[in-house]
Amino acid sequence: MALFSNLGERLNHIFSKLTKHGKLTSLEIKEAMREIRIALLEADVNFSVAKDFIAKVSEKAVGEEILKSLTPGQQVIKIVRDELTALMGGENQKLNVSPKPPTVIMMCGLQGSGKTTLCGKLALKLKKEGKKPLLVACDIYRPAAIDQLKVLGKSIQIDVFEKGTQNPTKTVREAIAYAEKFALDTVIVDTAGRLQIDEKLMEELKDIKKNIDPTEILLVIDSMIGQEAVSVSTAFNDALDVTGVVLTKIDGDTRGGAALSIRSVIGKPIKFVGVGEKLTDLEPFYPDRMASRILGMGDVLTLIDKAQEAVDEKMAQEMERKFRENSFDLNDYIEQVNSLKKMGGLKSVLSMMPGIGSKLKQIEDQIDEKALEKNKAIIQSMTAKERENPDIINGSRRQRIAKGAGVQVSDVNNLIKQFNQSKEMMRMMKNPKAYGGKMAMMRKLMGQ
Amino acid sequence: MGIFKKFFEKLKYTFKKTELNDDFYDELESVLVSSDMGVETALDIMDELRLVCKQKLIKDADSAQVELKNLLISKLNAQKVEFSYPLIITVVGVNGVGKTTSIAKMTKYFIREKKSVLLAAGDTFRAAATEQLNMWAERLKTKIVKQGEGADSAAVVFDAVHSMKAKNTDVLIVDTAGRLHTKTNLMKELEKINNVASREYPEAKRLNLIVLDASIGQNSIAQVKAFKDSVDIDGIILTKLDGTAKGGVVYPIINELNVPIIFTGFGEGVDDLSVFDAESFVDKILM
Repeated sequence: MALFSNLGERLNHIFSKLTKHGKLTSLEIKEAMREIRIALLEADVNFSVAKDFIAKVSEKAVGEEILKSLTPGQQVIKIVRDELTALMGGENQKLNVSPKPPTVIMMCGLQGSGKTTLCGKLALKLKKEGKKPLLVACDIYRPAAIDQLKVLGKSIQIDVFEKGTQNPTKTVREAIAYAEKFALDTVIVDTAGRLQIDEKLMEELKDIKKNIDPTEILLVIDSMIGQEAVSVSTAFNDALDVTGVVLTKIDGDTRGGAALSIRSVIGKPIKFVGVGEKLTDLEPFYPDRMASRILGMGDVLTLIDKAQEAVDEKMAQEMERKFRENSFDLNDYIEQVNSLKKMGGLKSVLSMMPGIGSKLKQIEDQIDEKALEKNKAIIQSMTAKERENPDIINGSRRQRIAKGAGVQVSDVNNLIKQFNQSKEMMRMMKNPKAYGGKMAMMRKLMGQ
Repeated sequence: MGIFKKFFEKLKYTFKKTELNDDFYDELESVLVSSDMGVETALDIMDELRLVCKQKLIKDADSAQVELKNLLISKLNAQKVEFSYPLIITVVGVNGVGKTTSIAKMTKYFIREKKSVLLAAGDTFRAAATEQLNMWAERLKTKIVKQGEGADSAAVVFDAVHSMKAKNTDVLIVDTAGRLHTKTNLMKELEKINNVASREYPEAKRLNLIVLDASIGQNSIAQVKAFKDSVDIDGIILTKLDGTAKGGVVYPIINELNVPIIFTGFGEGVDDLSVFDAESFVDKILM
């Protein structure tokens, strides 16, 4: 997930130039601001939003304290980070819930922005949180749109309410009655994609709003959108007074300028981001975390959230005990590989680590997700005894394992070597004093 | 909309007798960048315009506008694409750019050209994608080769190519699953589809067209690059030009990657497709 990496890279480059200097002259600040402006525009941030942003940051950066500060580069980075966070809305905003159920959530947006998939993702998320959602198919124009929602609903076992090409307002009204009857607490309405200048279709949305008064009207926007972000979000917001925004498809190498533009233009919070093609790939949007990611400061908080989802607490405690007693074996190794996979794979985890984000591109080629799978296959070809006690794996056992896993004996050797090395490392971490010199070396290695 | 018109009207009023100054170029930068052509391309074009205006001793906004338009048209480097038959078109692109709709429109285009058309439902990944294409096939009364969801898309293409050969069909249009260009597996699948088509019908002319959504920004460049890494890309279908989006991102794509625009889409109806016309495209950017 190379989220925002391009913008992050550029800004990092600019700042590395800044941090090299001791004090900054106002000319240098001006130069840096020019570069930041170009970086923002290349990331599809809207022209006037970028202009305002630069004006704000410049104003703060030119202040006395920066010029006198000993670490002016750091100061500027802090200002940029704070302003980015503010631009994207400050804090995470949760979904509103209607005091009188059902809560009605209506989606709107351009064609192809990912509304239907989002409906499925949101329904699944709410279901996991203990809600009882109902999906309503109101895209009566695109061929097979209703089928798509039905297939999605079936795959996550959530009811889909549809009345063919009947008037959407009527369908929603009937869906709400259906939800009340069957005690379903959340109604998620999929609507047809439309251009913001299509008056007839915009009227259709206004009509649903007028008659149903949804609790949430979410504007769904493709995070790869360009300068159009402003006119699209402005038009939808003017017509419907939306309650929030969802950015989709943020798993490409999107530069995410839209996230910066939309909030500042329409003043509505971004509530979720769609981060992948699987139905579980939906995350709450945290402006501060996103700002850190943009600047390559890592996103440890999201990493922790993901780890908590992927690893249950009992397992984690057990693992910790094993680390402590250094009784970590190959079975545990498989567990680790599985958890890593659940967290989105090695690359995704690395991209959220402080200091690595922007360097990920350089090391990307060396990251081999398949190597983990290969190791898994090797371990799965071992007997239970061998997994618990790898020391007993002799030459003939190695040959048998290699055959079973369909790999070379050298691959098996490598795995065992790696495993022993990591065990050694754990012992060092547990008792750093005894390994003083080595530990320092290790830190150095890891710091690079 | 119409910023530029107003801007030039304002300019005419304000700068009628003065030189084209920094304010003029600042405003021009805003218009160009707002078309999504990217800040670097915009700066290049402004430099060139400055040069042309200097050489031709142009000092008023009206003449500058004419030069700008010529400059923008020349950059599109539009070559006419001649179709030859039998023709196999594979349509690729990321999710949601309008692949299936574009296929329906192209089908109509070739039917109007009196060609026989066969569709292959190669998007076996997205829920109901095959149904969507099937509905279009029924509406357009054209034949379609399909298998169930989750089927091997290369197998669908294999069947389709053989059916095309047997029935002497002029055009086969292959739909493929939308994929984010960062997903390697799905890109591999595209290569496979391509290999099957070339191997089974080497005599047919092959075109791989990428569908780009005009409202998408600089990411479109990355999309074309990524697809080009896996398969040859012969042209662009630029969709959703009926909104206010200008699609200026094709400038860096044509300049850096040398991929021409073939068709433009401007609506949801099957007739809303035309062969690319550089002049009207530029008119919209400057509108």
